[in-house]
Amino acid sequence: MASTLFDKLWDQHVIADLGEGWALLHIDRVLLHDLSGARALAEIAERGHAVAQPELVFATPDHAVSTAPGRTGESFAKGAATLAGLRQRARETGVRLFDLGQPGNGIVHVMAPELGIVLPGLSLVCGDSHTCTNGGVGALAFGVGASELTHVLATQTLMQRRPRNMRLRFEGALSPGVTAKDMILHAIGRLGTAAGTGFAVEYAGSAVRALPVEARLTLCNLSIEMGAKIGMVAPDDATFEFLAGRRFAPKGAAWDVALAVWKRLPSDPDARFDADHLIEAAEIQPQVTWGTSPEQVLPVSGRVPDPAEAPDAARRAAWAAALDYMGLVPGQPIAGTKVDWVFIGSCTNSRISDLRAAAAVLRGRKVAEGVTAWVVPGSEQVKRDAEAEGLHRLFLDAGFEWREPGCSLCVAANGEVVPPGARCVSTSNRNFVGRQGTGSRTHLASPAMAAAAALAGRIVDVRQFMA
Amino acid sequence: MEKFITVTGPAAPLLWANIDTDMIIPVQRLVGASRTGLGPYGFERFRYRADGSENPDFPLNREPFRGSPILLAGPNFGCGSSREGAVWALMGMGVRCVIAPSFGDIFFNNCFQNGLLPVRLPEEVVRRIAEETEASPGNARTTVDLERQVVVTPWGEEVSFAVDARKKEAMLEGLDEIALTKRRAEEIAAWQARDRAARPWAWESVVE
Repeated sequence: MASTLFDKLWDQHVIADLGEGWALLHIDRVLLHDLSGARALAEIAERGHAVAQPELVFATPDHAVSTAPGRTGESFAKGAATLAGLRQRARETGVRLFDLGQPGNGIVHVMAPELGIVLPGLSLVCGDSHTCTNGGVGALAFGVGASELTHVLATQTLMQRRPRNMRLRFEGALSPGVTAKDMILHAIGRLGTAAGTGFAVEYAGSAVRALPVEARLTLCNLSIEMGAKIGMVAPDDATFEFLAGRRFAPKGAAWDVALAVWKRLPSDPDARFDADHLIEAAEIQPQVTWGTSPEQVLPVSGRVPDPAEAPDAARRAAWAAALDYMGLVPGQPIAGTKVDWVFIGSCTNSRISDLRAAAAVLRGRKVAEGVTAWVVPGSEQVKRDAEAEGLHRLFLDAGFEWREPGCSLCVAANGEVVPPGARCVSTSNRNFVGRQGTGSRTHLASPAMAAAAALAGRIVDVRQFMA
Repeated sequence: MEKFITVTGPAAPLLWANIDTDMIIPVQRLVGASRTGLGPYGFERFRYRADGSENPDFPLNREPFRGSPILLAGPNFGCGSSREGAVWALMGMGVRCVIAPSFGDIFFNNCFQNGLLPVRLPEEVVRRIAEETEASPGNARTTVDLERQVVVTPWGEEVSFAVDARKKEAMLEGLDEIALTKRRAEEIAAWQARDRAARPWAWESVVE
């Protein structure tokens, strides 16, 4: 019978069929970060369990650590004990920890593909909803809560109910200035923030095939903002080239064996999907969110919607509340909205290709007066690579702060916040109320759009800077 | 895990759509936090005013909804972050059951891990329970009976809901999933032995 990529990934990992769609799955890799990971290692010890297979577990601090230049693990005092706990537990259990300043350290979903910890065909979990990012290399990767994470650490398995298959096809060529971030924001705007609930989503089509692997990671990153905890792109030559030679990727003869397996993973041509959507890539413009849910998004040429025109009462109320929180007026063009902060970073958009895209817009220009602009590289390796090619100088010369790797203003768990009432164009993934700090106003956009906003001091179409 | 058999009380209405887990518990409260002790911070951005006093407009600050064991919510409740602290905060506030048209996938699983029952009912039923409860606060009571898989509405109707048999059993008995899985240790070991032979690259690539 014809199978989808997801079917193959799932079936590969079933240890026991538990009925009603439930299965006991084998989990091939576990990622730990300082918030959920330190807690899970502590809990497993308290409950008297051992880490079943520490060699399959990889830890990195990213959430509750300062990203200020020159930071240490103690710079953010409230996170220091959590980090100390992670270090101690990792030592005791034999879990590999990629500590601050070491190659391999970084945002968990940046470092995992970077090191080849995640590979096509593997199953992977992390106590973090953006674990779906890792599906960009053709893996079965999803976020879990603390209890499920503890279960995986103790048993290397997890009970899960099989989700349904969704395919989201992007066909055709993207316009200049349009990125993977715009593709997925556009899709969420069209389908809604709950469209993927209960589904595993495969991104497919010629526009996805044409994306470099880092952009596929961005695409998959926002799956959870569409409600899907699993997002995937079928592995292909671009994936194999991306992974070859990485630290934990197979080498030599093992690589050849793996490659033969990986090449069989893509969905069969006649595979059936429970839901199938088509988006014409050429229709996508640079996107920017206007509200407090990722589905509240517009092309940069658009106008903020009027709650009076909302399709139902629930959305009327939600739009009105979002506009009130965001300090926007119905009908106003989103372009031209004054900006106070710009954040380039997060597991969505902090890889070297993201920094290159932003730097290309900034080259020879200055950040507008009154705008605080940060670049937070996604990993120690991204930081070093960027510095080796001089990108940090471009950012610094333009007036950006060049910071240490971490989650920083995406989740604001480390004391770094956008002040109340301030408006931030952010390359992250959530524009929720208070996400970047109490009272902060977030507009999600691509790195190039964020760079353009920093220059203009306003939300602006990046294509104006691409002449 | 805490058992769940049945709860009764006034169902507290919080019918906004897309209540994300950041709204339920801000991440700042999770740095160094434990499973217990998050109750006071549940919904804190909505529950309190800037000066720290209670916001009288927030439904769960009103009688009889303070400490209510049943929360009525809008679609896609618990979307966003995987933080299980959202469940712990709700339980710390006394919530044992959330009734909503739909839930975020990760939150839904996290609920079952803690003895908090998520119940999916059609939006119009959720809305009517809210209306009937608001119409006679203090008298209107809702019962959620997991054994019989019914919600008894304030107007006395029994509305059935679906729940996976294995999750139902785990909730009714308060089962420890890790202990259950460990009973399958031999089966897991056998699977791994077969997989090491079939996919050696998946195992050997982590060895340095």
